[in-house]
Amino acid sequence: MNQSRRTLLKSAVALGAVPVLPALAACSGGDPAGAPENSKATSLGSGLADAVPKSGIQAMVDGFQRSSGDTVRLNVMPRQQLIDNVSTYLQSNPEDVITWFAGYRMRYYAGKGLLAPIDDVWEKVGKNFGTGLADASSYEGKKYLVPNYNYPWVVFYRKSVWQQHGYEVPATWDALLALCARMKKDGLTPIAFGDKDGWPAMGTFDYLNMRTNGYQFHVDLCAHKESWDSPKVQAVFDNWKQLLPYQDTGALGATWQQAARSLASKKSGMYLIGTFLLQELTDKAVVDDLDFFAFPEIAVEGTDAVEAPIDGFVMAKRAEKNQAAKDFLAYLGTGKAQDAYAAKDPSNLQTAADADRSTFSPIQKKAAELIANAKSVSQFFDRDALPAMANNVMIPALQSFLKDGKIDIKGLETQAKTLYASA
Amino acid sequence: MTQTTAPAPVAAPAASPAPRARSGRVRRLTGTDRLVLGVMIGVPTLIQAVLIWIPTLLSIGLSFTRWNGLALSDIHSAGLANYRFAVDEYPPFWPAVWHNVIWLVFLAGIATPLGVVLAVLLDQKIRFTRLYQSIFFTPVMLSLVLVGIVWQLVYARDEGLLNNLLGTAGTPSAVDWFGDPHVNLWAALVATAWRHAGYIMVLYLAGLKGLDPSLREAAAIDGANDRQTLFKVVFPAMRQINVVVVVITLIEALRAFDIAYVINRGTNGLELLSILVIQNLVGEGQVIGVGSALAVLLLVVSLVPIVAYLIRTFRRAD
Repeated sequence: MNQSRRTLLKSAVALGAVPVLPALAACSGGDPAGAPENSKATSLGSGLADAVPKSGIQAMVDGFQRSSGDTVRLNVMPRQQLIDNVSTYLQSNPEDVITWFAGYRMRYYAGKGLLAPIDDVWEKVGKNFGTGLADASSYEGKKYLVPNYNYPWVVFYRKSVWQQHGYEVPATWDALLALCARMKKDGLTPIAFGDKDGWPAMGTFDYLNMRTNGYQFHVDLCAHKESWDSPKVQAVFDNWKQLLPYQDTGALGATWQQAARSLASKKSGMYLIGTFLLQELTDKAVVDDLDFFAFPEIAVEGTDAVEAPIDGFVMAKRAEKNQAAKDFLAYLGTGKAQDAYAAKDPSNLQTAADADRSTFSPIQKKAAELIANAKSVSQFFDRDALPAMANNVMIPALQSFLKDGKIDIKGLETQAKTLYASA
Repeated sequence: MTQTTAPAPVAAPAASPAPRARSGRVRRLTGTDRLVLGVMIGVPTLIQAVLIWIPTLLSIGLSFTRWNGLALSDIHSAGLANYRFAVDEYPPFWPAVWHNVIWLVFLAGIATPLGVVLAVLLDQKIRFTRLYQSIFFTPVMLSLVLVGIVWQLVYARDEGLLNNLLGTAGTPSAVDWFGDPHVNLWAALVATAWRHAGYIMVLYLAGLKGLDPSLREAAAIDGANDRQTLFKVVFPAMRQINVVVVVITLIEALRAFDIAYVINRGTNGLELLSILVIQNLVGEGQVIGVGSALAVLLLVVSLVPIVAYLIRTFRRAD
């Protein structure tokens, strides 16, 4: 490190400089004309930079180039970079098609006019997607997203451990608590949990909230149409308090990957996490021994709601008139394209109805059924809510709740008011 | 800063008769000299202005607004609301201030003295002194990512070196060095001291090496023992370096960031002002008004030692 008084000034002020960038970007405005209507070229900005998903995206691009003769320029950037800089990116010189997420994250930018509606693409591929997916891809009656894959959050367990102790899948909240108490007596950590990164706890919050107050409340709370300072939110945390002693008490120092190892090594009885768990656990003996169940019902709507974040593709506003981009998006919505992706990255579930499901593992089949039977599909708190709310408010609030079981819902509401007012 | 005051004599003679005090010096410069000086001073000044001062002023302006970072027409005036939010309603704010204070006390009370002690020890004529220097200085050269990995290896609850040495790894009594909010600040401070002490050591050692040996000889002839030589002769003679070390310690405490950020992005007991600024200004959690307000608060706090230092420096230069 290089220290001097001037370096300090620079760093202190560089922090201040950041908000200026979007402003400068806004001034430049990119190329207003965009590509001509009969263009044979389009481009894809992909945030899937890890080796496996990257090869999946490449397979999709190759497939489209072969079948259409159009060319696709692929720009791969680190996922976090895309997420962190998306406002600037969308306002400057983005690729035509961009990997993105459903939920508030899509609706917000659609509402700001930075994404192009793609209803004409949906006319071609719409039959591939059910109402849950269609709703998740819409904003104010227009479609903005072509879903690629999704993955549900479920409660994983090891069959051999459960057989050994004679556990049964809990269908209700009371049964879950009773099971946890039994596991604790048997010397297991009932629920594996790693929240060092802050976001995994949102999965528990979302399920407790949807099971206690229903799906619509989750959506409205995330959009801040409901107040945080309400008995309903308090009830969620009251329920959580009952579960807290059974979640790994070392959660705040562990990542979700470390928690996964605790399940794999049979130290923990269950693990509430997305099916991306299977990317982490690759030992075949462990994978074959895994099973899962849906988060049990608590008060309302049974187990109707499933948390299953959807990853897909959106189109930048400036590519609105590029026919090649639209053709590309239509191709991405076909089972064929999604199969090409899934052949490389089988940990997620294709969303298109005509995708090939014969290669699914038993767990994938079960996960696909779970989503298909769900009446409503939530997108995870940090995709359904204002990112600043998720990042700056919920992460510290939930981490402090895990510490001592205390939550200040009034404080959550005051913070939410300020942040949503700035959005 | 020195550059900003310097161009005046260059421009002055052209416009009006130069002040008498300076005229003697200015006249010696040829036209080429003036051009070269003007370019060499003007360009850095311009860069400073564009990259630092203008953004700073913009930031200060933005801290009084509410803005989503998209269209310029979305900027709304917010008065002091962002400052009120940061100070009154944002729960991590006061813990962060408190942690920065602890950071300062720890660096000033333990890490910096440790670095000075190392320097004094290594300045003796011991064997392998260069090897020791290299070892202590290595952490300063490591990249942020590497530092994170190194301390992850040491502090991890079940797989970590420390808990394995203590024999508690894998047992319920294992200390959760990163996760337990009562412990993780100290774990981070130890990691910081590991780098900071090496840095101070090198600075101080350079000073010690540059010290006129006749000073020590004179002290020895006058019959001073080692301790007296160190405290009564060497330290006073190193006054310049001492000031630099104090300023660096202050600055390091104020801009403490990397190790806490690597551990858990500065949450759960590791809140620091600089991290709050980043969280609110960069990336997903961007709330420009609040983030700018936090940045301005940090800037104001940082200006205090900087101004004090500059005043000292200028006074000596006069």
